[in-house]
Amino acid sequence: MKPLRSPFVKGSAKAPTGIIGFDEITGGGLPHDRTTLLLGGPGSGKTVFALQFLVHGAQHCKEPGIFVAFEESSKRIAANAESFGWNLAKLRRKKLYFIDAQPKSDLVQSGTFDLSGMLAMLEAQTKAMGARRIVFDALDVVLALLPDAAAKRREVYRLHEWLLARELTGLITAKAGGDEASSITWQQFGFMQFMVDCAVILNHSVVQGVSQRNLRVQKYRGSSFDENESPFLIGARGIEVDAMRTHVRANVKVSSERVSSGVKRLDTMLGGGYYRGASVLITGFPGTAKTTLAGAFAAAACQRGERTLFVSFDSDSNEVIRDLASVGIQLGRHRKNGRLRLASARTITGSAETYLVRIKTLATEHGARCLVIDPMSTWSKSGNDSSAHSVAERLTDWSKANGITLVCTSLLDEMSSQTEGGSSLHISTLADTWIQLSYLMQAGERNRGLSIIKSRGTAHSNQVRELILSDAGVTLSDTYTAGGEVLMGTLRWEKERAERVATEVTEVAGKLKRVRLDAEEAELGVRVKSLQVELEAKQVEKALLARTTATHKGEVSQGLTRMGELRGADATISGRKSP
Amino acid sequence: MIRPAKSKSKFKFKFRLYVAGDAQNSTQAVANLTALCRAYLADRHSIEVVNVFREPKRALADGILMTPTLVKLAPSPAPRRIVGTLSQTQPVLQALGLATPVE
Repeated sequence: MKPLRSPFVKGSAKAPTGIIGFDEITGGGLPHDRTTLLLGGPGSGKTVFALQFLVHGAQHCKEPGIFVAFEESSKRIAANAESFGWNLAKLRRKKLYFIDAQPKSDLVQSGTFDLSGMLAMLEAQTKAMGARRIVFDALDVVLALLPDAAAKRREVYRLHEWLLARELTGLITAKAGGDEASSITWQQFGFMQFMVDCAVILNHSVVQGVSQRNLRVQKYRGSSFDENESPFLIGARGIEVDAMRTHVRANVKVSSERVSSGVKRLDTMLGGGYYRGASVLITGFPGTAKTTLAGAFAAAACQRGERTLFVSFDSDSNEVIRDLASVGIQLGRHRKNGRLRLASARTITGSAETYLVRIKTLATEHGARCLVIDPMSTWSKSGNDSSAHSVAERLTDWSKANGITLVCTSLLDEMSSQTEGGSSLHISTLADTWIQLSYLMQAGERNRGLSIIKSRGTAHSNQVRELILSDAGVTLSDTYTAGGEVLMGTLRWEKERAERVATEVTEVAGKLKRVRLDAEEAELGVRVKSLQVELEAKQVEKALLARTTATHKGEVSQGLTRMGELRGADATISGRKSP
Repeated sequence: MIRPAKSKSKFKFKFRLYVAGDAQNSTQAVANLTALCRAYLADRHSIEVVNVFREPKRALADGILMTPTLVKLAPSPAPRRIVGTLSQTQPVLQALGLATPVE
């Protein structure tokens, strides 16, 4: 026995259907050489599914096919198929054969009959063209002609045995749906579900006015398959099924490369930017510049030369370009050179699943490395919340698996404002980086604040920054905290100005004081000088005085001596030298 | 009680019966048709029996899904098709335009 490489047994035992996603669900397609039953209500896409299976076989697998049309005429089926771009006219010559088998309305019945005639002619046709695939579209129509349940059962078994004996890959479609009327038919076909090797159920439901299509593989003998309901849509090229998430998630490549958020300051706050392949959630109230921030990211990505897809749910793509240009984010030239693809999707039509599949197709076509969805929260409006949530989850997984950096915005409604960041889709837990944009009402004005609530694997700033939009772009500015309050906008500006003035005043005061001190110093210097001079004068005076006194004294003594001499008084002046 | 329409006309009825070999309902149909023609259209009918297993191309060309199928080719207007063993005579006669209620 061969070792299993994947949970799905792959091999020649599968007949690929060419339906995007379905071959992944079943691990390769319908069971080869076996019979598959395709059940679904009216308009659930049975005929498209069946025809796509045949067209793919004829075009890509070298397996010619026969289409037995019990309900619609082959002409109409072919015309409908043209809209999917399948070149039926070319295929019909050799590889695809239509048999019109609508029961005539004037057909008269009398007694029992069976389908041997059909099998005989199919036998001939199969041999003639070497058909490998065969579709019985709306088998219930012909079974309805049979009188009783036993006859129906007998004919179905006859058909099944014929298919098995010829080793044809058969696909039988039959009507069955969720409504009351068709539950009877359901029971009638109950045995068919046991008989066949594979049963697929298509479901078309309307939830809150939004159409949703689901596909489920009910059974698949000898193969594992995804048992969950998978949403699908009938797109421009046929059926597209949204493949499961489980085995996509398994091989996620983790990158530690950083990509710029488009705002320099934000990159710093995040320690270099978003991680490549991360999913980033930007939440905020209306008008908090969510789109602008997402646009900045897109512009930065294009600037780096990365292909980017921008999906806008609110506005037209031209509006997006114009609006973002007003804040200095130029996307127009990136769109021209093909790096950027803008897609606008209105919320009114289609379910979340439809959008998911469409976005995935667009992103794959464009080869996008960066994906912006603005806003994701509209999904919860179209259809029920739970499906929108699972869609958001799948998108996150898918983009991660493909290494696409995903930036989505999400609108917070008034209700969730009570609990901060009660993101409507609960995708906040899935997001790797969550940036919250808020308004701060203060002193009669609203200002935008930005804070990073979380960022996995990244040291990030815990401070609230003010988000400023100008025609030069997006900038982040520090907020002022004063007295425990965060100041933004005018208040911040006032505060800044007040501080500037205060600094100026201090500076001037300092200067003034210095000047005064200088003056005082100078004055003192002058005083010191004059005193010095005075001192000198006094010293001179003093010196003079001393000299004068000495002279005087000498003069006096001399004069006395002289006088004595002159007077000749010797007796009184004893001891004196006689001249 | 049903009687054949007063058939002054001498036109001939032309039938083609598609059968699936010697399957039970096919042989029944052949028998029923022969009996019916003998009773109501004596000497003015012809029956061609086509075995779809032997001539599947003809079945394909004529769009025969179910067997047995009786096709009325003549007289016109509008070729008629009847599927089944032809066991219920009245609807068959009505479909062939042969039935007229008797007073």
